Amino acid sequence: MKAIVTIMLKNGVLDPQGKAIGHALNNLGFDQVGEVRMGKIIELELTETDAAKAKTQAEDMARKLLANTVIESFKVEIAA
Amino acid sequence: MQAAILLFPGINRERDMILAVRQSFGREPAIVWHKDTELPAGTDLVILPGGFSFGDYLRCGAMAAQSPIMRAVKAHAERGGYVLGVCNGFQIITEAGLLPGALLRNAGLRFLSMDTMLKVERADTVFTSKWDKGAVFRAPMAHGDGNYTADEATLDRLEGENLVAFRYADQNRNGSARRIAGIFSPNLRVLGLMPHPENLVDPLMGGIDGKPLFDSLAAA
Repeated sequence: MKAIVTIMLKNGVLDPQGKAIGHALNNLGFDQVGEVRMGKIIELELTETDAAKAKTQAEDMARKLLANTVIESFKVEIAA
Repeated sequence: MQAAILLFPGINRERDMILAVRQSFGREPAIVWHKDTELPAGTDLVILPGGFSFGDYLRCGAMAAQSPIMRAVKAHAERGGYVLGVCNGFQIITEAGLLPGALLRNAGLRFLSMDTMLKVERADTVFTSKWDKGAVFRAPMAHGDGNYTADEATLDRLEGENLVAFRYADQNRNGSARRIAGIFSPNLRVLGLMPHPENLVDPLMGGIDGKPLFDSLAAA
């Protein structure tokens, strides 16, 4: 079963990379772009076959290593 | 004071740290590999030097914080042992939970390789006794992720309990919250900072501004 962990900087935490991307998009003429936030996605292949258990496992991994919850929030989705 | 310097793959400032320790302590530090599970007997001070441990994969210091030796370092800190983390070492000990907060990408996105000025916030600690409170000294910086951050409550606690060790005294180039360059643990035995005092400990390096850190520890 595949778990997809999406990690983003928490709201309120400065995201200078997102800001730089936003500036670049504006410079390219995409005036419709407001705030840009950048994060990362980590895909995990898990041996677990139960979706609920797989989600719990991935959340545990996110808390212990994948995300730094001082500055980041995370979301886990299970793909079949 | 017997020091042990930790070595993780990708660390590149350990020789600078060895020189600084050797000169001030008058004895050789032990070098400890990240896969070791115990510190050498008699270790008073654990030093985590700068560099790019594990290629800064995932987040700076995140991989090193999970290394086998870090369990022994946490036990050492819990026993009241001294720990010094500089640059990547600071990032590693925040990731390991030995100090609060985190180091974000520099606010201006640029890697900063230049000297900065640091203000000594307190001189009544084993790390800072050879400075005067309020002293300002020069220290080289070399980091891409030195923007210290923590939630407001943590920042207020650090200030309220007088746990800020150093602040940027000239420009706050990396955007750190409240100009914080280094912090202490509540028992004042763990110090983490981004700039590199170990790179100014001999006139041949262009100055001895950073030497009081090591002389303070040697006198403890």
